[in-house]
Amino acid sequence: MKQELICIACPMGCHLEVDIDDNYFVTGNQCKRGEIYGKKELTNPTRLITSTVKIKNGINNRIPVKSSGEVPKDKIFLVMKELERIELYSPVKMNEVVIENVCGLGVNIITTRSM
Amino acid sequence: MKNYDVVIIGGGSAGLAAALEVNKNGVKNILVIERDQELGGILLQCIHNGFGLKVFKEELTGPEYAERFVNMLKEEGIEFKLNSMVTKINKDKTVEYANSDEGFIQIQAKAIIITTGCYERNAGAISIPGNRPSGVLTAGTAQKYLNIDGYLVGKKVFILGSGDIGLIMARRMTLEGAEVIGVAEILPFSGGLQRNIVQCLEDYNIPLYLSHTVTEIIGKDKIEGIKVQKVDNFVPVPNTEMEFEVDALLLSVGLIPENGISEAAGIELHPRTKGPIVNESYQTNIEGVFACGNALHVHDLVDFVTTESRKAGEKAAKYVKGEYKDNVERINLVAKNGISYIVPQMVSSENVDKTIELFMRVTDVYKNVEFVIKQDGKELKRIKKKHLAPAEMEKVILTKSQIEGANKEITIEVEAL
Ligand SMILES: Cc1cc2nc3c(=O)[nH]c(=O)nc-3n(C[C@H](O)[C@H](O)[C@H](O)COP(=O)(O)OP(=O)(O)OC[C@H]3O[C@@H](n4cnc5c(N)ncnc54)[C@H](O)[C@@H]3O)c2cc1C
Ligand code: SF4
Repeated sequence: MKQELICIACPMGCHLEVDIDDNYFVTGNQCKRGEIYGKKELTNPTRLITSTVKIKNGINNRIPVKSSGEVPKDKIFLVMKELERIELYSPVKMNEVVIENVCGLGVNIITTRSM
Repeated sequence: MKNYDVVIIGGGSAGLAAALEVNKNGVKNILVIERDQELGGILLQCIHNGFGLKVFKEELTGPEYAERFVNMLKEEGIEFKLNSMVTKINKDKTVEYANSDEGFIQIQAKAIIITTGCYERNAGAISIPGNRPSGVLTAGTAQKYLNIDGYLVGKKVFILGSGDIGLIMARRMTLEGAEVIGVAEILPFSGGLQRNIVQCLEDYNIPLYLSHTVTEIIGKDKIEGIKVQKVDNFVPVPNTEMEFEVDALLLSVGLIPENGISEAAGIELHPRTKGPIVNESYQTNIEGVFACGNALHVHDLVDFVTTESRKAGEKAAKYVKGEYKDNVERINLVAKNGISYIVPQMVSSENVDKTIELFMRVTDVYKNVEFVIKQDGKELKRIKKKHLAPAEMEKVILTKSQIEGANKEITIEVEAL
């Protein structure tokens, strides 16, 4: 069986075709990442999480954060719950670890700007 | 009056890249003027990832992309002013700006680069009957409230228009606990990137109603609900009404280059792009005044903004150094069948080193077609395209000799395979 997918690994949005019967053979990708994405999306879909957490004394009330790596799709809301509890104090640098090994998923939550 | 070689209006990704490139080309007396409290522009509220794959070879969030450029600008010691609003530019290249420290100031530039970004079409620009109660706002405004201030504008949300900001906000608000009931797009295809349909809507089972629009807003002071209807060629189809209870309606119905000060200065705008008409050097019809980024035409990828702005910066530096030739013959770059616009709109081979990048958008969704490029009606080359959509900007590269080969114009059109 062949499954059509849109590669979301970059904004190019290549139209992929994954042959499930042929060991998830991917065509239509313009680069290696598309191949990896096509296979993973049909076996273990993951996403990067981007959100914000509270910050005190900053120029804004919120500072943006992201997960340092991708997280299984069905764990996204679990991670979001954890983020609600965080409050940082300015000054903070970009790439500072806010939560280590979030929800035991093996990735950290890090800041994406300094403030 | 203070003198500068190059004054850059707007400190977003376009202004930052242009400033750095001017500097790199040996012109050091630069000023960047930004009306916001920090540099970075729209990127600062785009906290999602998807930026920088071309420029940095890694996928960054908007704030990360911005901070890298701001750091480079600071390392180079390029002067910038914050909380400063440019109110006027003049043909003699004087620039007027205002801030609370200095009051009203006039400065003299040798060259100006306009990088003022774009604004969102708002409730006034769309034709929904009824009043505009609170809770109706643009997707970008909602994005700013949520990502910068931490304020969620609604709990039951509908989105009109499938532009990228709306799609990104559908996911963002879902993650923050709001229920996003759906997205309506009046056209039969989405105005946003395919990847955003997948990862912002499909991931969260948010329905996308193509060929649908909001036909009524219910509520007096505060929005209480909306009516959505199917459309056939922009005309609502009877008996297809759906009513939804909502407390917010986000509009993601298009971006328009910000050119108030350019227009007032007599800069000619293009009817399609709504940005200045520029030549191969990104110069407008006023000599020494350049434009790039979203002020020139709306981009969906910041990487393209950066490459374009670097080019504009390089040319502005050349202009200051007297290495740019304005008084030369130019041929027109003309959008034909299936192409909505081409930027730049004209080119002289004299100011092109080896190649030139042309940015364009198509008018419709196409599968398995070719770009046909012609010199004065004579076919020059064909480029196969598997998939084209108006939401995705296309790039075509021409060589200096291909430009030299044309007398009057080079045209580009879409042809079925
Ligand atoms: C919501 C959204 C999502 C996006 N998502 C992606 C994505 O996932 N990936 C990607 O690659 N690209 C994305 N883009 C595209 C890209 O980020 C933008 O096109 C790019 O950052 C625009 O840069 P700019 O400098 O032209 O405009 P802006 O960033 O808007 O900068 C313009 C600056 O000029 C200032 N200014 C305006 N007028 C004046 C004045 N009169 N005086 C002084 N200052 C002034 C403004 O304050 C602003 O800081 C997205 C864009 C938007 C809007
Ligand atoms: S296949 Fe490669 S180029 Fe195409 S969308 Fe995926 S990551 Fe981008």
